[in-house]
Amino acid sequence: MDAKNLKVVNKPVRKMDALGLACGEPAFTDDVEFKGLLHAKLLWSPHAHARIKKIDVSAALKVPGVKAVLTWKDLPRVPHTTAGQGYPEPSPYDTYTLDNKVRYVGDRVAAVAAETLEAAREAVSKIKVDYEVLPAVLEVFDAMKDGAPVIHDEPDSKNIPDAKRNIAAKFDFEVKNGEWFKEADHVFEHSWSIPYLQHCAIEPHVSIAHFDNFGRLVLRTSTQVPFHVRRIVAQALKIPVKKIRVVKPRIGGGFGSKQEVLEDIVAALALKTGRPVKLEYTRKETFISSRTRHPAVCRMKAGVKNDGTITDAEMEITLNTGAYGSHALTVMMCSGSHTIPMYRVKNNIKFVGRSVYTNMPVAGAYRGYGATQGFFAWECLMDMMADKIGMDPVEFRKLNYIKLGEGSPVFKAMGEGREGVEQVITSTGLFEAIQKGMDEIKWAEKRAKYAGQTGPVRRGVGVACMMQGSGIPEVDMASATIKMNEDGSFNLLVGAADLGTGSDTILAQIAAEVLGVKTEDMIVTSSDTDVTPFDVGAYASSTTFISGGAAKKAAEKVRDMILAVAAKILDEKKEDLRLEGGRAVSRKGASCSLSEVANTSLYYYDQHQIAATASHYAHTSPPPFQANFAEVEVDTATGKIRILDYVSCIDCGTAINPQLAEGQNDGAVVNGISHTLSEAMEFSANGTPLNASFRRYKILSAADTPPVRTFLVPTWEPNGPFGAKSVSEIGINGPLPAVANAVYAACGARLFDAPFTPEKVLAALKKTA
Amino acid sequence: MKKDILETKKGNFEITVTVNGELKELSVKNGEFLLDALRRHGWKGTKKGCDTGDCGSCTVILNGRAVLGCLVPAVAAHGGELTTIEGLGTVRDPHPLQEAFVEAGAVQCGFCIPGMILSSKALLDRAPRPTEAEIRKALDGNLCRCTGYVKQVEAVKNASARLAGGKRKRG
Repeated sequence: MDAKNLKVVNKPVRKMDALGLACGEPAFTDDVEFKGLLHAKLLWSPHAHARIKKIDVSAALKVPGVKAVLTWKDLPRVPHTTAGQGYPEPSPYDTYTLDNKVRYVGDRVAAVAAETLEAAREAVSKIKVDYEVLPAVLEVFDAMKDGAPVIHDEPDSKNIPDAKRNIAAKFDFEVKNGEWFKEADHVFEHSWSIPYLQHCAIEPHVSIAHFDNFGRLVLRTSTQVPFHVRRIVAQALKIPVKKIRVVKPRIGGGFGSKQEVLEDIVAALALKTGRPVKLEYTRKETFISSRTRHPAVCRMKAGVKNDGTITDAEMEITLNTGAYGSHALTVMMCSGSHTIPMYRVKNNIKFVGRSVYTNMPVAGAYRGYGATQGFFAWECLMDMMADKIGMDPVEFRKLNYIKLGEGSPVFKAMGEGREGVEQVITSTGLFEAIQKGMDEIKWAEKRAKYAGQTGPVRRGVGVACMMQGSGIPEVDMASATIKMNEDGSFNLLVGAADLGTGSDTILAQIAAEVLGVKTEDMIVTSSDTDVTPFDVGAYASSTTFISGGAAKKAAEKVRDMILAVAAKILDEKKEDLRLEGGRAVSRKGASCSLSEVANTSLYYYDQHQIAATASHYAHTSPPPFQANFAEVEVDTATGKIRILDYVSCIDCGTAINPQLAEGQNDGAVVNGISHTLSEAMEFSANGTPLNASFRRYKILSAADTPPVRTFLVPTWEPNGPFGAKSVSEIGINGPLPAVANAVYAACGARLFDAPFTPEKVLAALKKTA
Repeated sequence: MKKDILETKKGNFEITVTVNGELKELSVKNGEFLLDALRRHGWKGTKKGCDTGDCGSCTVILNGRAVLGCLVPAVAAHGGELTTIEGLGTVRDPHPLQEAFVEAGAVQCGFCIPGMILSSKALLDRAPRPTEAEIRKALDGNLCRCTGYVKQVEAVKNASARLAGGKRKRG
């Protein structure tokens, strides 16, 4: 199968919400007015680790306009996780809406709701807290030592594998086919590290809790996971699910940060006051008190034979999960499960993973989800091995990467928080992606040209290949409802959460393709827990593959219902009819319009609403593949790296919307380049964040973004809707290794710690001298 | 003619400002910034991404210059002429820049887009045929985490060609 007969899918259809957004239509959470809205403000912990001995809110309550002040004494004590994952979540239940202990600088202490933001701020400043400051631990390796402060010493938290040693999650796995490294001609061992990184969605976290006419709590919130928000808020506040409605308006970016359920506190304030309440994080609060990428130290050891066979591979990854274990197990497992299968390992494979509590900001889901950390190590190590055996790094990868029809023992052994599923590669365009990338970057020519440079400014080209998943197999589930209107248009109701990715548009394209109509004939509503059917939400690169599968199935059911009515109208057999151009058409050429079908079903004959709901989940998670190439210039006197060209070739199966797919990849790659060159959260010795602003935490802007070129390499994934696989996350994993490898090619310096600041490049250059 | 700013009650002022071509009298609070005043009066297209002058989401055009709404005191707009994204074009009648952003696929989450488009508008007003470097410099204060700027730069190029080509009446 291929995409050439498709009419709507694989076309650069206009993103359906784009014009409204470009015209500033009030589409986001905070763009609507609520009468009597109260403003919430939280008191954050100034200590990395402390017990709240006494908390006095009497002065705060006296501030004019203050309607509620909540402390841990006012709320039910329910251990839960903020990780917006499927139930039961594989993250430890170690979080309380408010607690009598704080575990990092920026942890919640108390919450205020007041008539104005100014009053709320003033009230927060008047809450008196008597802390018993406890010893804090900021580094993962210190946190695991005997005698380290125990961050989760409370008895009621659940599913923490070793609270005494601050282990929030652990997973070990080994395939043993003989003696370790016996066949290897060369053995390598190194560690790579990634610091605290921020998502930097331009819209901060914002939620408005209000009540409907029945007194039900409505959460209008900037979330990637509306259904998980409903469930986890219900759990944390001990209210029934039926009393909560979650509405997801347009979302100003998420990248994983809005897969976190932080809505419990604003909901609690609304319930306490009976008034609508808004909680909007400031940018500083978003940096410190929302979520981050898990900082990681990834040690890898691998053996290689002179002929290019990889004999053994061992990955030991230690993630810093911060004060709470949100996504602690699953990010850690994905750092191995999404990366190790990339290359064939002949004999032995071992993975040792730990996620460790520290008194630092809380890590969570972030685009790439562990694979970013894992591929930095694996792809740099691949380069080192190729260099040692004197093989071109591209040829070495071609020799070893996972091919069509091949599997890996890792797929079965390592899922997300549990055992995975066995699978083989059912589509791959990696070979073509590599070829395209080599052509575009002029690999051979530049490798030759840049060999043996001597001046202070040197250039080099580097490569990295990656894979990711498409949803979590046998975990993620999505559903879609389609109903037909009189004019032959359709409402498409999806639980999938478009957070700016364009998923509303591509789901409409998938349904429109089946129904033989234009994308504009689909009216999409996403996602409202009262209106749309269930979907786990926007994460794990699942929407195109899983939610797309649901949209396709629902459309097929509706098509069947349309054809049944059309068969009566046309006096033909259903099997002889098809949908095309907004009409039901028979083999003989007779036809009727979809509006005639709709009107017949609604008003004239065997009256019924043509509508259907379908659900989809998958037994496999077909990986998209990428080959990335970077051309860099290194000033060996200053240590500054300049990226001259960056080529990213992606096999995402059929791109449902090529323009949007390119955009997804451009954004992922530039985010990855930003990680590579400049991003890192900095902390004082007591764990206080020092650069929690866009001025001090540098993300790339238009002027300092290097040329990035995305190329789609089409393949056909038989398990995906119209051949599609995922696209959104994979691209973020490439820049760290591709640039590191290019820097080595340019000047011989190996970089192991992100970001690659001039100081680190100079230090690495010193080691080569 | 510029009138004086009127203090209506303690800490509240009334300013006169032309917003999107219409003369308005707006009440603003003491110390209030233009971003908050605009949003409070219903111009929700002006976005708050940082409130510290770093992200550019609150960019508006004041007296022909792209400025950051979160850094300009609301009273400073008194007697001035202001263009917000709502004034540039609407869904029914979009400005060529808005169309160009949509057509290029430059709108992902869309939160930075009003500011980005207004920065582009200010650029094209002063340099109708900018180079790529000039476009990137003009957009440098508008952070975007979704797109990598690739399609946004393309959109401004396309809009520039279309506007300078004189196919449209409006600028």
